[in-house]
Amino acid sequence: MIDRLREIATKTGGLALLTVHAFAAMVRPRYEVGLWTQQMYQIGVRSLGVAAITTTFTGMVMALQTALSLPSLGIKYYIGTVVSKSLVRELSPVLTALVVGGRIGAGMTAEIGTMNVTEQVAALRSMASDPVKKLVVPKLVATLVMLPALTVLGDFLGILGGMIVAVLQLELTAGLYFNDVVESLTIADVCSGIGKSIFFGYFIAIVGCYNGLHAEGGADGVGRATTNTVVLAAILVLVSDFFLTKLFYVIT
Amino acid sequence: MSIAAETLPAPLFQVRGLTKRYGKRTILDRLDFDIERGECLVILGRSGTGKSVTLRQLNGLEPADGGSVVFDGVNVTDLEERDLFPLRKRIAMLFQSGALFDSMNVLDNVAFPLREHTAMGDEEVRQRVADRLQMVRLSGIEDKMPSDLSGGMKKRVALARSLVLDPEVVLFDEPTTGLDPVTSATIGRLIRDVQESVGVTAVVVTHDIPLARLVGDRLAYLAEGRFRFFGTWAEAESCDDAEFADFLAGREESDGGRPQNQQTGS
Repeated sequence: MIDRLREIATKTGGLALLTVHAFAAMVRPRYEVGLWTQQMYQIGVRSLGVAAITTTFTGMVMALQTALSLPSLGIKYYIGTVVSKSLVRELSPVLTALVVGGRIGAGMTAEIGTMNVTEQVAALRSMASDPVKKLVVPKLVATLVMLPALTVLGDFLGILGGMIVAVLQLELTAGLYFNDVVESLTIADVCSGIGKSIFFGYFIAIVGCYNGLHAEGGADGVGRATTNTVVLAAILVLVSDFFLTKLFYVIT
Repeated sequence: MSIAAETLPAPLFQVRGLTKRYGKRTILDRLDFDIERGECLVILGRSGTGKSVTLRQLNGLEPADGGSVVFDGVNVTDLEERDLFPLRKRIAMLFQSGALFDSMNVLDNVAFPLREHTAMGDEEVRQRVADRLQMVRLSGIEDKMPSDLSGGMKKRVALARSLVLDPEVVLFDEPTTGLDPVTSATIGRLIRDVQESVGVTAVVVTHDIPLARLVGDRLAYLAEGRFRFFGTWAEAESCDDAEFADFLAGREESDGGRPQNQQTGS
């Protein structure tokens, strides 16, 4: 029990220290834009498919569920409101973070963890390079940029998915649907969703990199660290989502 | 190049009271030793006695729990990670596995320290890399990936990478472990060549006796956190420490058949 608590305290402290170190290294020249863009491609562009499928189908399901579960209230004329509000504020940031986060967080831990157990991280340090600057910062920057971008894309695709169902299944016109979306959706909704995804991106990247840098003991250790990243990142996203929701309702 | 210490050549490394613990286990117990400029010190010992740990103290890769490591007048154990960087450009390290970056080809691997720490142009970098690869007798493999190389070739590329900034010291962590005898001899020859032609100080951690014979100017035998022997080969041959003699001869531990040397370690 005491050991478990100590472990949690060590990890929390370690994550905080890595955060300070990483942001300090991020603003210190020189800026390795080449490494950053390479990671953006790896993290953002290569997650497009999975992110698109997730949010498109979520939008479709939202439209269908709403219309079918409350048929008597004439609610189908407000489908645009329901789909867009819930997607933009909640579902797109959270689901994108969960699905994409699992993919990229695990990738970060596996990559850095393997480098750690094969002495490549030590080799970096022995050649007077900072592993945080070389390995962590590019992944952190890329995630902070690309996760919000994927979320915005998810907003569009989810609303589009809702429209497909509204038109094909619920016999609404596309014009009516979009009118509803445009009228109900506010800038605050969009900003709140993007704001959340920035925090989610930070959690995913910092956990993924931390677990990689602390992976020990060969393939077995890297495997365990990777699993831990997926679980911990998901928990952090879901728990912080509650507090971020409160926070953004207060701000906006 | 006016070195103040020229009149009084101080040892390059002065290690005093170096202590390292893992949990409750003491790995290094108050080690005292010097490493002279230009020599090759071989640290011998059985597996798990803390040879590599000792090596990692010399460039501050692992923090010490006590004592000091003074390199050319600077106490390494006092420094923060970032302040160690200037020293690490002068102290290269060759890792047991080679530790090449497997996402980069040979050229980018060997060029890595140059691109990080010098303002050299692309052509100059290529030239320097080709030169160092020639030094380890592996010309023309710049485009290969580390996964395409054999274990011995990886070590040689890693050696080229560690030499690319013209370091004053190279730390070798088990340079021949896992290699066949012929390749081991090649690596040993290369270490000797590099040391003689470039004049670097070398510290070699190994349990490979033929390698130690080939490259070692002085030997240190580490056991139970202390040096049971520290001296030249000539002194080693006449050393009456039974355990060290057994180690050199590759014999199994003597179990009372020979009188165990009673000199205490502490």
